[in-house]
Amino acid sequence: MDILDLLKSLLSLSLGDFIRRTFGTGPGTELLIDIGGVVMLSTFCLLIVIFLIWLTRKLIARMQDRIGPNRVGGRFGLLQTVADVMKLLTKEVIHPSGADWVAFNAAPILIVIAALLVWAVMPFAPGVIGVDLNIGIFYVMAISSASVIVILLAGWGSNNKYALLGAFRAVAQMVSYEVPMILALLVPIILAGTMSTKGIIDAQTIPFIFLAPISALIFYISTLAETGRTPFDLLEAESEIVAGYHIEYGGMKFGMFFLAEFINTLFWAGLFVTIYLGGYRFFGLENWVSADGYPYGRLIGLIVFFAKVFFMYFVFDWVRSTLPRVRVDQILNLNWKFLVPVSLVLLFAVAIVDKLIPTGTNAIVRMVIHLVLNVVIAAATLEILRRRGRQNRLATPGGGSGGAVAVPHDGHDGGHGHGAPQPIEDVPDVLDAPLGAREPVVVPVH
Amino acid sequence: MSQQIIFFLLAAITLTSAIVVVTMRNLFHAALALMVSFLGVAGIYILLEAPFLGMAQLLVYIGAISMLIIFAIMMTRRLMQTNETPFNSQVIGSLIGSLLVLAILVLVIGRLYPLAPADAVLQTAPQVDPAVLQSSVARMGRSFVSAEAYVLPFELASVLLLAALVGSIIIAWPRRGEEDNQ
Repeated sequence: MDILDLLKSLLSLSLGDFIRRTFGTGPGTELLIDIGGVVMLSTFCLLIVIFLIWLTRKLIARMQDRIGPNRVGGRFGLLQTVADVMKLLTKEVIHPSGADWVAFNAAPILIVIAALLVWAVMPFAPGVIGVDLNIGIFYVMAISSASVIVILLAGWGSNNKYALLGAFRAVAQMVSYEVPMILALLVPIILAGTMSTKGIIDAQTIPFIFLAPISALIFYISTLAETGRTPFDLLEAESEIVAGYHIEYGGMKFGMFFLAEFINTLFWAGLFVTIYLGGYRFFGLENWVSADGYPYGRLIGLIVFFAKVFFMYFVFDWVRSTLPRVRVDQILNLNWKFLVPVSLVLLFAVAIVDKLIPTGTNAIVRMVIHLVLNVVIAAATLEILRRRGRQNRLATPGGGSGGAVAVPHDGHDGGHGHGAPQPIEDVPDVLDAPLGAREPVVVPVH
Repeated sequence: MSQQIIFFLLAAITLTSAIVVVTMRNLFHAALALMVSFLGVAGIYILLEAPFLGMAQLLVYIGAISMLIIFAIMMTRRLMQTNETPFNSQVIGSLIGSLLVLAILVLVIGRLYPLAPADAVLQTAPQVDPAVLQSSVARMGRSFVSAEAYVLPFELASVLLLAALVGSIIIAWPRRGEEDNQ
């Protein structure tokens, strides 16, 4: 036991090596290190939520021109969440009548377990990873797909029609958005040639966001839907179904759902950073080992990783506080008619192009080729959307100026040229138009 | 040794929840127990150094098939509130059936994996090179598309799934006549 050794090991995030040096190697030591790692990782995830909730409330308040929490714990309200948790913990446990006891009580526990399980493959710094599975991304997708069941449990077990409606919405949304998410994730997997999260970071001499920007965008939109955040938060739309699948939960049981949502958001931000922004890479500094053998570079890697993660978290909150909620049919239309086709085309194109590039090509040349490919696909997508939108506007008498309420008169942007005005019954619903069909903005005059 | 303990734990979980599935009166709880049973099987796959298969089990059986079953149960709420016992009284028929299955299983497994002779040394699980395990997913992917391996079954399965997908869309497609009525 050497205090200096311990301090240096702590600073260089190599506590496992310290334990091996102190207690000798063996299966018992490894078990100790494994259990310690699991406890540390899950405790970290649970504790950081206290900070995340405060951060989100502060950020959204600032964006909405409010002050946010500013009473409990000093000027900045740092202890506001602690007080909230205290309140949640002291609340009475209420079971709604007719609730399914098993499902109702298992759901809050299982949802936190599912949210914590995926952190096992998150690489924080070189060598600081729960377990480097060679199927890392697949593992994440499997867990997040299985965790949808838990929401169904909560919604069904509550014996409440709003909870059940919320659960159905959540399942429809999450199951649908898994498709473009997996298709988009296949692009970086093709580029890296591995599904291991560590392997993907090692492959990013240039961050993949420059090689696969469209894939990054699709993945980002899918994670917004997967975490059920605005603009896709209609699984808990307050104005329609009160609070969705967790309406009947109170006290800390509700707190568990809240907790899982924040852990998940941070996780998806972390996965985005890992896959598209190069994770902990910082010009090779993250692999720096000092002269006496302590890998201090890991600390640099950790700081870089969390700087990127909190930037992504900020973007999540930015979107959350700026965009309005979209309708359920619009969400599913956006998914099946836009994101899935685009990601399929992208996957085919990237697979073929990456196969055509000979191995050993300069990384920058490869990046330029992929970037050009992405720009071409984006331009083609926009052009197709513009034509579809134009056709829709032309097919609508009145030039689409009235939206769904189509008045049969000649439009002002090309409504001429198709003969007699159509009867109203034949007017296609402009609200069902594909994405990109420009709906006119009507500014009410007060 | 620890492998055996974990195996027996997983087997106990799988079998117990499987028994719960067939004896539970509440259909929803039976579906939940079925999920636990699937989870136990996934655990056995992971124990046998096949993590990809284990995760596929999780993704397909819990993420998709259990979801389908639970949705089907939720749509039939009246069916769930029955208090009838799930057993019927065909004891003799089921006894004959299960004995037949047992006999076939014993025959087939005994033929495939003959018991070691009494004087043989008890073997432990063979050690697999970690490099082989690490690249198992890549090797599996290559064997799916290589002409010497499984390209034909793989492509046939994909065509079947695609046909099912197209078929389901066609069934859900609004007919031309019905469209006017809406």
